[in-house]
Amino acid sequence: MQKVKNKWRKFASEILILAAIFTLVQYLVTAGLLNQYFQINLASMCINVILAVSLSLINGFTGQLSLGHAGFMAVGAYVAAIMTNMLDLPFIIGILAACLAAGLAGFIIGVPTLRLKGDYLAIATLALGEIIRVTLQNIDYVNGPAGIMGISKLSTWPWLFGGVVLTVVVIVNLVNSSYGRAIISVREDEVAAELMGINTTKYKVLAFAIGAMFAGLAGALYAHYFYIIKPETFNFLKSFDILVMVVLGGLGSTTGAIIAAVSITALTAALQPFPAIRMILYALILIIVMIYRPQGLMGNKELSMKTFGRIWGGRN
Amino acid sequence: MLEFTQQIVNGLSLGAIYALIALGYTMVYGIIKLINFAHGDIMMVGAFVGYFSLTLLGTNIFVAMIAAMVTCAVFGVLIEKIAYRPLRNATRIAALITAIGVSLFLEYITIFLLGPSQKVFPESAFPIKAYAVGGLSILNKDVFVFVLAVALMLILQYIIKWTKTGKAMRAVSLDREAAVLMGISVDKTISITFAIGSALAAAAGVMLGIYYNTINPLMGIIPGLKAFVAAVLGGIGIIPGAMVGGFVMGLLETMVSGYGNSLYRDAVAFGVLIFILLIKPSGIFGEDTGEKV
Amino acid sequence: MDEINLMEISNLDKSFGGLSAVQDFNFQIAENELVGLIGPNGAGKTTVFNLITGVYKPDKGSIMFKGENLVGLLPYTICARGVARTFQNIRLFNDLTVLDNVKIATHKDVPYGLMGAILRSPGFFRGEEEIEKEALKYLEIFNLKDKKDELAKNLPYGEQRRIEIVRALATKPLLLILDEPAAGMNPQETQDLMELIRYIRHEFNLTILLIEHDMSLVMGVCERLYVLDYGQVIAEGPPAEIRSNKRVIEAYLGEDVG
Repeated sequence: MQKVKNKWRKFASEILILAAIFTLVQYLVTAGLLNQYFQINLASMCINVILAVSLSLINGFTGQLSLGHAGFMAVGAYVAAIMTNMLDLPFIIGILAACLAAGLAGFIIGVPTLRLKGDYLAIATLALGEIIRVTLQNIDYVNGPAGIMGISKLSTWPWLFGGVVLTVVVIVNLVNSSYGRAIISVREDEVAAELMGINTTKYKVLAFAIGAMFAGLAGALYAHYFYIIKPETFNFLKSFDILVMVVLGGLGSTTGAIIAAVSITALTAALQPFPAIRMILYALILIIVMIYRPQGLMGNKELSMKTFGRIWGGRN
Repeated sequence: MLEFTQQIVNGLSLGAIYALIALGYTMVYGIIKLINFAHGDIMMVGAFVGYFSLTLLGTNIFVAMIAAMVTCAVFGVLIEKIAYRPLRNATRIAALITAIGVSLFLEYITIFLLGPSQKVFPESAFPIKAYAVGGLSILNKDVFVFVLAVALMLILQYIIKWTKTGKAMRAVSLDREAAVLMGISVDKTISITFAIGSALAAAAGVMLGIYYNTINPLMGIIPGLKAFVAAVLGGIGIIPGAMVGGFVMGLLETMVSGYGNSLYRDAVAFGVLIFILLIKPSGIFGEDTGEKV
Repeated sequence: MDEINLMEISNLDKSFGGLSAVQDFNFQIAENELVGLIGPNGAGKTTVFNLITGVYKPDKGSIMFKGENLVGLLPYTICARGVARTFQNIRLFNDLTVLDNVKIATHKDVPYGLMGAILRSPGFFRGEEEIEKEALKYLEIFNLKDKKDELAKNLPYGEQRRIEIVRALATKPLLLILDEPAAGMNPQETQDLMELIRYIRHEFNLTILLIEHDMSLVMGVCERLYVLDYGQVIAEGPPAEIRSNKRVIEAYLGEDVG
């Protein structure tokens, strides 16, 4: 019974912390204490966290190297923008349709390509991401290379915050369950997993589709924050960006992905005035971190209250 | 039919350029199993070295090309030593991220130093002439690029097949540990592979400068990606495969631009890639190997 | 045809690139039997295991298990029908804890749904407790309970071999296939392992098929032996018979036949 009580106490404290963060930022926004610059970067952070956490499910936990995440983000962004801007449907419908469409795209792409392994899968997903982009460029309905402009700014803080929480909760709960263990066993040893009764194809596709679905969510939020979406925004360099966050954070660590997404977004924002130097620095950080800490910031460990307890209290 | 032949003629020189770049990808992959995403950017560096040799030093095109090849060979070796060697035993993804880092570094340091705008290759370096052969229009630049690329490939083939260095390269790519036991210096062999691959890319860079007439710091990305597709198409790690793959990609691209919608040009390249990966991931010349349990 | 046979393999053929690995392999194992498959290195023993568990597809022949042909089924469905195995070259989930290694093997009977996991339903918590209890039960038997939170890769070789068996057992098999379970163990460890194998057979009412190329070892524990050489069965019968079989001695020429 002690166990159950602890469980509820932990749950309640988590809710409290989240509510506090939400209210604080909401207050800062409505009171006008957060200027435009900070608001934009806050939105970018939220979107990048969703992208990194969802890609970490595919790359970090399932161990399937995907380089096409921006493609799914594009699907979500376009579908959501079509729903709200062109069909005048409510934002929530746009978001749901975006998730559904991106998840479906993930499923359709996942089924044939996830047979491939390692580098071959990486190339295939890269190519498919690019195909999505080039296809969008050639569809007149969404204005080809010019993209969709004048999308209403509906991604307010509650939506962004809700998106992050939903993504993290679903993926963390999934990973810490028997289904998550099945997914991780694919990363560890696909053959052994299959022989222990795990339908590895099913779990690879499942992880891929769920990851794609949340990339679609990120795309929908992006489209409705930055007014304008162009196919070029979602090229393979965007996929690399997301991958970099996941790898720097540590493959198989959700907290690592979150920390990396937040810090890279902050760094990018800080260096905004010097674009060339920004990219040079970014490149050097990548190379140096990989040489000195190839497993990323967190490895496959998670940062939790317990970790802090250990550090501060000196227990264990 | 004439039109078709014309397209083939147009495609051959582009294909030869892709083949030269693809060779570097395939050699590096063969020997250290790394997709060297920075390879296209090495080509860009080569194009710029060639450009400055032509404009600042006023050399002829051959000297410019040799200067580019030598400079990039040194660059390639340095990049491998500094960025890739420490990661030789790390995970593949760590090496891949490093390669992406090197790629971005080369692109943006060039932008930082030379500005983002494109540079026009001096026309005096290579005056364009068109010849009419049996109803076909053949440009001297196409002939030049094609002949030179094929010559370089023949030299490479000779090095790999007949020289001691080439044998060492093949040995290391087949079984690194066994090669060490046979007294082959793995580090040296990998350095040589990077030097040769980068030199070929540099040559391709200068050729692209002649072919498109302009160069810019981001010019390596798309041709690099296409050359990579070419390498996979032929069977990554297999040298003749990269050559054939390069020509196929070049021809396909000119065909699509010539007959269809040029906006789809890039999509076709990736479509081919997906197709080959799903049908025969090991490429045209590759052998399928299953996992041993 | 004997009705009590749990598995019956007939005329199994498999070749790799023209090289015959297993040829006209016929085999029966009755319920609750403990059978050994022996033969010199490279005789095709592991290939037989890979054919049974669906890693390879045979060129010809049938593998009847409880009246159903396993040929063409995917490995995970073969596991679901009650065939589990270990690996000659240990294949644990290295970066996971011992406990998680075993829990993964119970996944095919996961007692809650995907939605339950994501929404953390009461069924999820109950199910997780069940899974944990079950996994610990198996670890207890193999004296590995206190190692449950260690990463699999950090354990000594002998313990890793035992975890392999625990993991296979956790899939609740009817037929347990052990691929050189004693490889790399010293005589005392081997002896203990053999005791353990006998014990789990009774405890879980198992049928066991095991590979060993150390003949003296199999002689003691197996009730019946199949001897494989160059992909073909050259002898079959109780250990005493095999020991004096001329062809077997020939196949092992130069090795101690015990």
